[in-house]
Amino acid sequence: MSETVLMKGNEAIAEAAILAGCRHYFGYPITPQTEVAAYMAKKMPKIGGTFLQAESEIAAINMVYGVAATGHPAMTSSSSPGISLKAEGISYLAGADLPALIVNVQRGGPGLGGIQPSQSDYDFVTRGPGHGDFHVLVFAPSSVQEMADLTGRAFHLAWKYRMPAMLLADGTMGQMMEPVNLPEPCNAFGDDNPWAATGTEMKRPHNIINSLDLSPENLEKMNFARFERYAKIEETECLWEEYLMDDAEICIVATGITARVSRNAIVEARKQGLKVGMIRPITLWPFPKKVLAQAADQVKAFLCVEMNMGQMKQDVELAIRCKKPVALCNRVGGMIPTPDEVLDSIRKIAEGGMEA
Amino acid sequence: MAHHEIVIAGFGGQGLLFIGKVLAYAGLVEQRQLSWLPSYGPEMRGGTANCNVILSDDPVGSPIVQHPNVLIVMNTPSLDKYEKAVVPGGKIFVDSTLISRKVERDDVDVYYVPATQMAKEMELGNLANMILLGTVIRETACIKEETLEEALKHVIPARKMNLMGVNLKAVQAGKDYRP
Repeated sequence: MSETVLMKGNEAIAEAAILAGCRHYFGYPITPQTEVAAYMAKKMPKIGGTFLQAESEIAAINMVYGVAATGHPAMTSSSSPGISLKAEGISYLAGADLPALIVNVQRGGPGLGGIQPSQSDYDFVTRGPGHGDFHVLVFAPSSVQEMADLTGRAFHLAWKYRMPAMLLADGTMGQMMEPVNLPEPCNAFGDDNPWAATGTEMKRPHNIINSLDLSPENLEKMNFARFERYAKIEETECLWEEYLMDDAEICIVATGITARVSRNAIVEARKQGLKVGMIRPITLWPFPKKVLAQAADQVKAFLCVEMNMGQMKQDVELAIRCKKPVALCNRVGGMIPTPDEVLDSIRKIAEGGMEA
Repeated sequence: MAHHEIVIAGFGGQGLLFIGKVLAYAGLVEQRQLSWLPSYGPEMRGGTANCNVILSDDPVGSPIVQHPNVLIVMNTPSLDKYEKAVVPGGKIFVDSTLISRKVERDDVDVYYVPATQMAKEMELGNLANMILLGTVIRETACIKEETLEEALKHVIPARKMNLMGVNLKAVQAGKDYRP
């Protein structure tokens, strides 16, 4: 393991991407993710990589598409409004079965919203951020260490399944510094990508990278095939963390910064004799449905702690088939729930006073 | 178990994030659990800036400090904003050159340090922040004295390493200060 260093979450993403072998970054500045671009601007030229500040978010994602088509790892990063702009390009990446990493350090919305942290892009990105039937892999880091670790994993799986992956953080995770052990350098991508447009040298048929297919029969086949891959991913690639779930009667479900806040509330609740635990989804698509369904047989109620109007709560209700009540503790617009607020919600549920 | 939840607050440009970083790097050198969280965005451009630092022997949960046990303030709006949040028995460090009012709480320890005036008299430029840090280290032992210099090596940019001496001098002045 490497030496422990202190880094901002945004910087950890950038360094981890470089260590994973990414040499192409395209972006456009927006708070609160600009440190990703700043770090890349400093580092990429020194290691023979490309840093390019595009004329817009749309241009940046299409540059990613171009590099991905040649079989090379590429990434872009932005924050919520910028991700909306990238949606078309993400759909094209999915339609052309191209791997890429998109980082979204969320801020309050809708519209231009604000610049303080938020989790309100949950529905947008977990349903496939763009038109058409597709998914992207979505990872929700909850520490600077995970910002680094999940960047490498996102790249790896994007490559393995030939699909876009998204790192879904928020302003707090991006701006905070924590100790981090950076991963060892590797090349998760290999040079042998038989699907890539690398020049045929007259030795093989052309590889055509395209998301257009005017034959409905073919397009249907492509969609079915893609969803077979998605089914396999849902089966094998879910990640989550359980915290004090062994004897839990109330299960908190939270990700990213709200999972950190919830941890404080759980410690306090336990001191008061309340049996609370947490399931923290680390992949938001695929969503760890099975572990939640199992927990539904054990706990009396669930509590979603979110920085949106309860978007993930719906996924929890679906996962547990509404077997148990699911309550919500939330703040929006750039506000972050406090441990006291979460504790209040826990107490209300324990006293049977909180309607789900 | 040592556990310090620190809020550092004042105007942008007073070096609040800087002393937060010094504390964070000291924590790193001491192999402790820690987090450093700055305010960001328009707040930092001329308005109030603040920085949350947690140093602990246990893993850090939320990096957001709701109830600090150490508060360092360098302007009156910050004292107004955070005074009530400090836990009973906590410690408040006030730059008494810049803040004329007294702390109203009587269940906390308060240290008034005329840091800005001291920096001026000792020709330490804008190192009032480091003077305050010296008093904080003496009174809270949140970091070890011997790790300070190592931490500063991480925080002071390489091209400004010649400023190490004055920084250490400022910290020492804060350590030595008695009203």
